[in-house]
Amino acid sequence: MPKTIAPKKVPMPKQEPFERIRNFDEVALGFTPELARREAERCLACKKPYCVEGCPVGIDIPRFIKHIAEGDFKAGIKTIKERNALPAVCGRVCPQEEQCEKHCVLGKKHEPVAIGRLERFLADWEAASGSIEKPDIAPSNDRKVAVVGSGPAGITVASDLAVLGYAVTMYEALHEAGGVLTYGIPEFRLPKSIVRREVEYVRSLGVKLHLDYIVGKTRTVDRLLKDFDAVFIGAGAGLPWFLEIPGENLNGVYSANEYLTRCNLMKGFRFPACDTPLKRARRVAVFGGGNVAMDAARTALRLGADESHIVYRRSRKELPARLEEVENAEEEGVIFDYLTLPLRLIGDEQGWLVGIECQRMELGEPDASGRRRPVPVKGSEFVMEADASICAIGNSPNPLIPMTTPGLTIGKKGNIEADEETGRTSRENIWAGGDVVTGAATVISAMGAGRKAAKSIHERLSGSKKP
Amino acid sequence: MYRIIERRMIVPNLHELTVEAPQVTESVRPGNFVIVRPDADGERIPLSVADWDAEAGTVTSIFLQVGASTSKLARRRPGDTIPTYAGPLGQETEIRKYGTVLCVGGCYGIGSVYPVARALREAGNTVIALLEARSSYLLYWQDKFRSVAERTLELTRDGSAGYKGHITRLPEILTLEKIAPDLIVANGCTLQMMLVSRVTKPLGIKTIVNMNPIMIDGTGMCGVCRLTVAGKTKFACVDGPDFDGHEVDWEEFLKRRKTYNPEEVHPLRKSGCASHF
Ligand SMILES: Cc1cc2nc3c(=O)[nH]c(=O)nc-3n(C[C@H](O)[C@H](O)[C@H](O)COP(=O)(O)OP(=O)(O)OC[C@H]3O[C@@H](n4cnc5c(N)ncnc54)[C@H](O)[C@@H]3O)c2cc1C
Ligand SMILES: Cc1cc2nc3c(=O)[nH]c(=O)nc-3n(C[C@H](O)[C@H](O)[C@H](O)COP(=O)(O)OP(=O)(O)OC[C@H]3O[C@@H](n4cnc5c(N)ncnc54)[C@H](O)[C@@H]3O)c2cc1C
Ligand code: SF4
Ligand code: SF4
Ligand code: FES
Repeated sequence: MPKTIAPKKVPMPKQEPFERIRNFDEVALGFTPELARREAERCLACKKPYCVEGCPVGIDIPRFIKHIAEGDFKAGIKTIKERNALPAVCGRVCPQEEQCEKHCVLGKKHEPVAIGRLERFLADWEAASGSIEKPDIAPSNDRKVAVVGSGPAGITVASDLAVLGYAVTMYEALHEAGGVLTYGIPEFRLPKSIVRREVEYVRSLGVKLHLDYIVGKTRTVDRLLKDFDAVFIGAGAGLPWFLEIPGENLNGVYSANEYLTRCNLMKGFRFPACDTPLKRARRVAVFGGGNVAMDAARTALRLGADESHIVYRRSRKELPARLEEVENAEEEGVIFDYLTLPLRLIGDEQGWLVGIECQRMELGEPDASGRRRPVPVKGSEFVMEADASICAIGNSPNPLIPMTTPGLTIGKKGNIEADEETGRTSRENIWAGGDVVTGAATVISAMGAGRKAAKSIHERLSGSKKP
Repeated sequence: MYRIIERRMIVPNLHELTVEAPQVTESVRPGNFVIVRPDADGERIPLSVADWDAEAGTVTSIFLQVGASTSKLARRRPGDTIPTYAGPLGQETEIRKYGTVLCVGGCYGIGSVYPVARALREAGNTVIALLEARSSYLLYWQDKFRSVAERTLELTRDGSAGYKGHITRLPEILTLEKIAPDLIVANGCTLQMMLVSRVTKPLGIKTIVNMNPIMIDGTGMCGVCRLTVAGKTKFACVDGPDFDGHEVDWEEFLKRRKTYNPEEVHPLRKSGCASHF
């Protein structure tokens, strides 16, 4: 008998908007076992599961969902971990509607299965159970690998190689590991305790972690190669872009990196209990429409802004952010100024931002990206009041490593060029992956790149004799 | 965790801090800085490197106690540990043979210009040091300078040592001392570096300053340290901190430095160097 399927996902319990804009606690509260099983029952267990094709690391989705439906959560998390070392993170921040859930057959008629929420449920269940299963670690093979950067790409390479018996040392420039997961994505979307738990897990596999270590400065990559058989560069895309319009050096003008780092890494939201200050602004304007912009605008609300605006030059349809986060931002009262382009930042005598001259746009013909190109409307200039602006229009890789590593081929946007399938760079024994290769992308694609690089490093080092 | 080897007040309000950090001594150069965090909830603050001992693996900075973080550091004792000591960061001061170089140091900059003077001397330059402070009791390290500089001059606002007055007397001092420098390197508080640049510009003497904006990461990730040099935006932590003082937009720089003035209590602002910031 064909089962009847609930057309909609089981809703995720969330903190109410009026409540959550006053705290930094996680917005989405997660499924209970009952809710998880109810959602799992919506899955058709397809023979040819299209959802798996949409997952960059190829998790056996129908199998883990079946385990949930049967109440065998232990088997479920094991299934996920065969493919994904950071399920608690991915379940929360993957753009599922573009990936696994986009391909789910249910999505044709109904809402797709809530794969991300189920993944998150299992990861949280395992953490709460207190017994995290560790994979078998191969005996030491006497080979040493250095991993630069402790973001998702670096973490994946380090854990994959540690399991294969390599002595792995991870170098991180900041005083906490995790990359963007630690300094960029806010607490209310990804609690830092989860990131710390994942970092601890990697260390429990025997990976050594050196913090406050800036490769290219403290030691160059070539210096590392004297002690290591291979170096993987997963340094991310941390160099902030500005709009390059007049007034960007006024006080009150931030890059999203600065704003979010002050708040997340430096715990500025606890100032003055913590020492790093973060100003309270009344009217905040965030430039951009991606996840970073949503995070900044929602952080500003929580820090007490009266109004937090997203200033975006296209329309809602083109917003690159995850839909769920756009909806959360809307619920919380973030004001979206679509089809608006900032032209100039206006300051007062003391050099403080007081307003932004903007121009209205309209959508014209589609451009190379297939999105309709915004064109300025003549004579539509106006000034919006603002005492803080946050630029969230993108990042590119930091030049520190490219500048100090001769022979490494660098692309036009400052990215390190690496083979898509193996992560090999133009230099023997140097691999790279994640945002440093692709430019700002996603957590799961950085992990995918890390996985491929680990495989390639293993093939290379195990296939050759130790010199 | 990094172990403090020495922390002592060398003149009122200025402290010498020596930390065990062999990974820093391995590649440190004059003009570099380190990022220090005094405790778990502490800010990341930049401090210039004033000296190092490669064999012992220790690095020394001179810091002025101004706000929360430097006050915490001032309470640390030898043997204590601090959670972050990262570096070396920033571009090194360009060391080559210029001829005669005048090294101007004030406040903590007396410390940070010392390794610059030493390296310039090793590169075959004639080095002249000009150390300035409000009063003679705020000068330090004269002996160290005497070992690398041809002449070590002093300038105090109250005239208690050397020349009397402000750093704006620099052109006159150059004439009186018959010095025609090919390069001036100035380290110290923002006001001093700005004034040195202002008075040397008409003289056409190239002047390098070691800029000290607000910083967080010190690696080019946040952009808070940006300043305008020759009409272009630069990140002091990776493009500098050394810049041509004649090209810096000082007015903008001073405004940006004051961003957090209302938030940061500066308990000791009235003592020490009155013109700090
Ligand atoms: C605010 C924000 C929100 C985001 N939201 C999402 C989301 O919802 N979903 C999603 O999928 N993706 C999101 N992303 C993108 C995602 O976080 C990144 O694509 C991903 O983290 C890239 O991983 P990575 O390992 O390549 O680099 P990173 O995470 O950037 O990690 C690189 C690490 O290397 C360190 N490093 C850099 N240079 C050096 C050096 N010279 N020496 C030593 N260490 C160095 C850095 O300090 C950093 O810790 C978001 C990004 C931001 C900024
Ligand atoms: C590259 C570089 C090298 C530096 N080297 C030294 C050094 O060798 N010795 C030293 O004593 N100081 C140095 N500084 C300045 C030092 O970083 C600051 O004094 C320190 O950050 C103040 O921290 P705080 O928490 O004690 O004071 P805060 O509470 O942060 O500030 C107190 C007051 O100092 C001002 N201030 C804030 N940030 C800075 C800053 N970066 N520089 C100066 N004043 C600031 C504030 O406007 C405020 O009025 C350097 C700065 C840079 C950028
Ligand atoms: S890792 Fe991401 S894409 Fe893959 S199944 Fe999980 S949520 Fe979907
Ligand atoms: S495509 Fe959808 S219904 Fe089919 S197995 Fe995947 S999640 Fe289940
Ligand atoms: S201190 Fe963050 S970019 Fe310079």
